Amino acid sequence: MDKKRGKSLGKIKGFSIQFLPYSEIKELGSDARLKRILGIILDNNLLILQGRLSSSEETRLIGDTMAMIGHIKDFKGIELAVISGGEQESILGRMTKGIANILAGGDFSAITIIGPASIVKEIKRNPRKIELLLNR
Amino acid sequence: MFKNNKEVKLGFYGPPNAGKTSLANRICKDFTGEEIGSVSKVPHETRKVQFKEKVEISYKGKKMVFKMVDTPGIATKIDYEDFLKYKMSKKDAKDRAKEATQGVIESIKWLDDMDMVVVVLDAVENPYNQVNITIIGNLVARKIPVLIVANKIDLKKADIKKIEAAFPEYDVIGISAKFGENLEEFYESIFRLSKKV
Repeated sequence: MDKKRGKSLGKIKGFSIQFLPYSEIKELGSDARLKRILGIILDNNLLILQGRLSSSEETRLIGDTMAMIGHIKDFKGIELAVISGGEQESILGRMTKGIANILAGGDFSAITIIGPASIVKEIKRNPRKIELLLNR
Repeated sequence: MFKNNKEVKLGFYGPPNAGKTSLANRICKDFTGEEIGSVSKVPHETRKVQFKEKVEISYKGKKMVFKMVDTPGIATKIDYEDFLKYKMSKKDAKDRAKEATQGVIESIKWLDDMDMVVVVLDAVENPYNQVNITIIGNLVARKIPVLIVANKIDLKKADIKKIEAAFPEYDVIGISAKFGENLEEFYESIFRLSKKV
């Protein structure tokens, strides 16, 4: 985050950042893994997950959270971004490798950021940086 | 695999307002004389999956019959308040948001049924969006052939190279669905891609 935006962070109330090591969800099935993640997000936390979900789990997460909009007060969906190592590789190259790693027990070089849209306004990203814009 | 009389299910996927329906309309109009759905500047205009069956596309002597499947834009968040700036009543905005969330779920459900997919991206927007990556990742996992279209190349800020750099494994075709620019190359790519089905 740039310095100008960082100065306004003090005004944001009611959320925390949780780090979840992949080892915590490694042994779980997809359902339980998503349930764990949703529990953290719906508790108004910004989740930083070591590793990444498979693309089908990411899609399920989008579908499941869409189904919650209108049923959970003030819930408007999520913001989601995956940052992977290997800057020289393309997104999909890294992603394919990430899926393979997940199947083998987790892509530890990746980091997944997930937050409720009520807290995270936008995650701007390009190959060189990631910028988290928070709602005031 | 597909004989001439077999319909190929061609899905149009992408984020909201990228021009999926505009492109599907352009193709349907060219080959059937009818459009598939309405378009609007307000995001999430398409909130239900729309079909047009038996669309025979002819290009340079080749013919194929498609079932066109135009899907609602996939998003990770939908806030009814975003629709209020389009001079919509609060009730209409809330209804639209509710239908849009159901549309996203419906789009995701349909992913499994596609034979090939055109991912339509707005060439003005940043392609490094997790929704784009997730959609394409799903198609890769399901082994569904993908063509990426960079729409709105008529706009000054359009940047096809940025999309090509984000997805170097894929053909990226720059078009303007609104003005019908570069559709020849698009049809060429569709026929080439259909060989992978």
